[in-house]
Amino acid sequence: MTTPNTSPGIDLDDTTRAELERAGVIVSKVDTLYNWARGGSVWPLTFGLACCAIEMIASATSRFDISRFGSEVFRPTPRQADLMIVSGTVTKKMAPQVVRIYNQMPEPKWVIAMGACAISGGPFKQGYNVLKGIDRYIPVDVYLPGCPPRPEAVLQSLNYLQEKIRTQDIQSDPAFTAGRRQYPVPEFTGTDLEPPYNPEVWQPPANPNAQPLEEATA
Amino acid sequence: MAAPGQSQRPTAGGSHGVSERSHEPVLQQFPEAEWDEAAGAIIAPLGQARALAEWLLGQGVDYCSNVTGVDYLEREVKEKVTGEDGKVETVTRTEPGRMDVVYHLYSMRKQTGPLVLKQRTGREHPQVQSLTPVWRSCELQEREVYDLFGVDFTGHPDQRRILMWDEFEGHPMRKDYTEPFDYEWEPTPHDEILDKHQRGKVIV
Amino acid sequence: MSSATATAPNYELIQQDGLDTGLLEVSMGPHHPSTHGVFRMDVKLDGETVVDLSPVFGYLHRNHEKLAENMSYLGSMPFTDRLDYFNSMTNNWAYALAAEKLVEIEVPERAEYLRVIMAELTRLVNHLSLVGFFVNDLGALGTPLLYAFREREKILDLFEQASGARMMCNYFRFGGLRNDVPEGWLDRAREVVDRFPVFLDEYEKLLCENEIILSRTQGVGNLSRDLAISAGITGPMLRASGERYDLRKVDRYGIYDRFQFRVPYSDGDVGDCYDRFIVRMLEMRESIGILKQALDGIEHGPVLGNAPKVFKPKPAEVYGRVEAPKGELGFYLIADGTPKPYRYRVRPPSLINLTVLRDMCLGQKVADAVIILGSIDIVLGEVDR
Repeated sequence: MTTPNTSPGIDLDDTTRAELERAGVIVSKVDTLYNWARGGSVWPLTFGLACCAIEMIASATSRFDISRFGSEVFRPTPRQADLMIVSGTVTKKMAPQVVRIYNQMPEPKWVIAMGACAISGGPFKQGYNVLKGIDRYIPVDVYLPGCPPRPEAVLQSLNYLQEKIRTQDIQSDPAFTAGRRQYPVPEFTGTDLEPPYNPEVWQPPANPNAQPLEEATA
Repeated sequence: MAAPGQSQRPTAGGSHGVSERSHEPVLQQFPEAEWDEAAGAIIAPLGQARALAEWLLGQGVDYCSNVTGVDYLEREVKEKVTGEDGKVETVTRTEPGRMDVVYHLYSMRKQTGPLVLKQRTGREHPQVQSLTPVWRSCELQEREVYDLFGVDFTGHPDQRRILMWDEFEGHPMRKDYTEPFDYEWEPTPHDEILDKHQRGKVIV
Repeated sequence: MSSATATAPNYELIQQDGLDTGLLEVSMGPHHPSTHGVFRMDVKLDGETVVDLSPVFGYLHRNHEKLAENMSYLGSMPFTDRLDYFNSMTNNWAYALAAEKLVEIEVPERAEYLRVIMAELTRLVNHLSLVGFFVNDLGALGTPLLYAFREREKILDLFEQASGARMMCNYFRFGGLRNDVPEGWLDRAREVVDRFPVFLDEYEKLLCENEIILSRTQGVGNLSRDLAISAGITGPMLRASGERYDLRKVDRYGIYDRFQFRVPYSDGDVGDCYDRFIVRMLEMRESIGILKQALDGIEHGPVLGNAPKVFKPKPAEVYGRVEAPKGELGFYLIADGTPKPYRYRVRPPSLINLTVLRDMCLGQKVADAVIILGSIDIVLGEVDR
């Protein structure tokens, strides 16, 4: 475990650190230790939405064995889970429940958007009942493309998430400072969900081709 | 076409390996019923679909496989008509829009089928008779037709939306259903594809 | 057929006299580990007994039919994979069968054999996973599922070698198959098929006479034969209720008339969860028999027939159906002379098999409602489409 030498109060160069390690003394930050432990024990939520859920299950079975990465404890209740793998198409009818389940998860919590549908609506994007990406309502940490992604890809996305966890700073990261993040649950209207996206986590990209209103109407 | 020992390939309209159930007894029993040759379907007379279905059930048609709706918009049809003087003229007439509810019926005991039964109604306030009391398998499928096409089934025990949420307005499988505009610009080739699509080019 | 079974149930809440305790309403789902996806059951409980149940659908309604009506015929083929995502091959077949009725296309001999091989392998995959999940619902968390998925992976490897994808194969085309199987594939398939009975023996030894399974599934979720027929139940669930109706025998689509196989069905009129479980175990044995015959009979040749480049059928209406592992999967297509179908309808066996969920659950314990749902074998991609 190498630690960048940035902690306040400890001023050690690498040679000193190596010498200390040889003598049986490990100098580290609380952050590093904490993140190392948490990254190795991410508990995912048993949360299958569609086709991708089967590949998620397959990644937990004997051939791929997600427990090698410390994440074999799939929890059916959001209260005990750290990681939500949004595995499959999120429909408009399902989106409020997804946000609600996310709200119930304790901090720190992470989200993997698994599959093309969860990222953007995928092949079903044109459908009248399909949400065009779950990142409109909840923040997504790792995007895992594929239709469906292979179980190996699920494992890789978990590795990416662990990398991300290692870089988190427990003093400044919103997961630790902001309390439990809860986002407004969209409501059904006659045609669509209201609001159509959560401006806190997602904004529609600016259109460089868009004309100012005067030009367009002139 | 088929070599000896080789199975008969399916042909258009009919199921193979099963004798086509004759529609003639139905037409004899219900002289007001029409036979649509092109679709291979019996069109139930208005208000008699339930009676027809019960009669069919008594005849051993015990299995209703598939129930669905079909929406036909009002359209203009060009027909060639031979006039009195022998001239062939092209006549344009307007075919009114309509809503069909299609039932695919089989007999499990006799292993025959399919017999296609249609109930035809207008587009504005579509209303047909529910066949759920005759075949339970219609229950969820008629609910689906109600949800997606807006067809009202009289006599259905539990008619409410099934796939969309209860507050939803409109019936999305209708041909003239337009989605509310919820499309944001995204940096994809989507604009171009959408444009092509609207010009009638089909994307594979 | 007795008319009593065909009448629709009374949807008023069943009132019980002499009880001063209230009824408990439980919403199971859409996020619930036992509902096999985003399915919801609104259950009313008297103590632990189910007195009312209403299924709620639509959480995975992906507008498959609407999308398909705005697409070319072949464009819908990959979407059919995602209907019942365990069984992409049989979904493909049902759609190809319906489309081939629209246009006269002859399917070459080798393609027919490969279609049967793929469909029967798919049946093995489906029944394996079902039994795994079913036993999972019974409380054997994980372990039997691991056994099932171990074997499933071997078959998925075969699919991947043939089509390039594990689950979403998109392998069938109108008039045949997209490509031939690679060299040596048939030998590998034979190896898997030959070894499969050993695994089945092991599984049967573990499960079929297991005390817990017997006592929890026998007499639970009974479905009478008359109600099953009236409610349009198909597939193993129908045969477990005593009706011997298998489209492979009735329609003899493809080349199923060339193979010797039996249709397992339950002898009585009970149709409980155990029957449904056993019928599927027996069906796997028969599938292995078909696979062996097909692997013996297959010869070299082309795999794609004289399919037209642009698929533009004349106006017609067709209904094609196959015996998918879950029941009768049908496609109803209306062509209007354009390259797009005017109406495209999927007859989903999973949805229609759920018609009787309420009838089977009433009066049972809530823990048994979970098993009954598991024994129906639903996949939400197909229920909601």
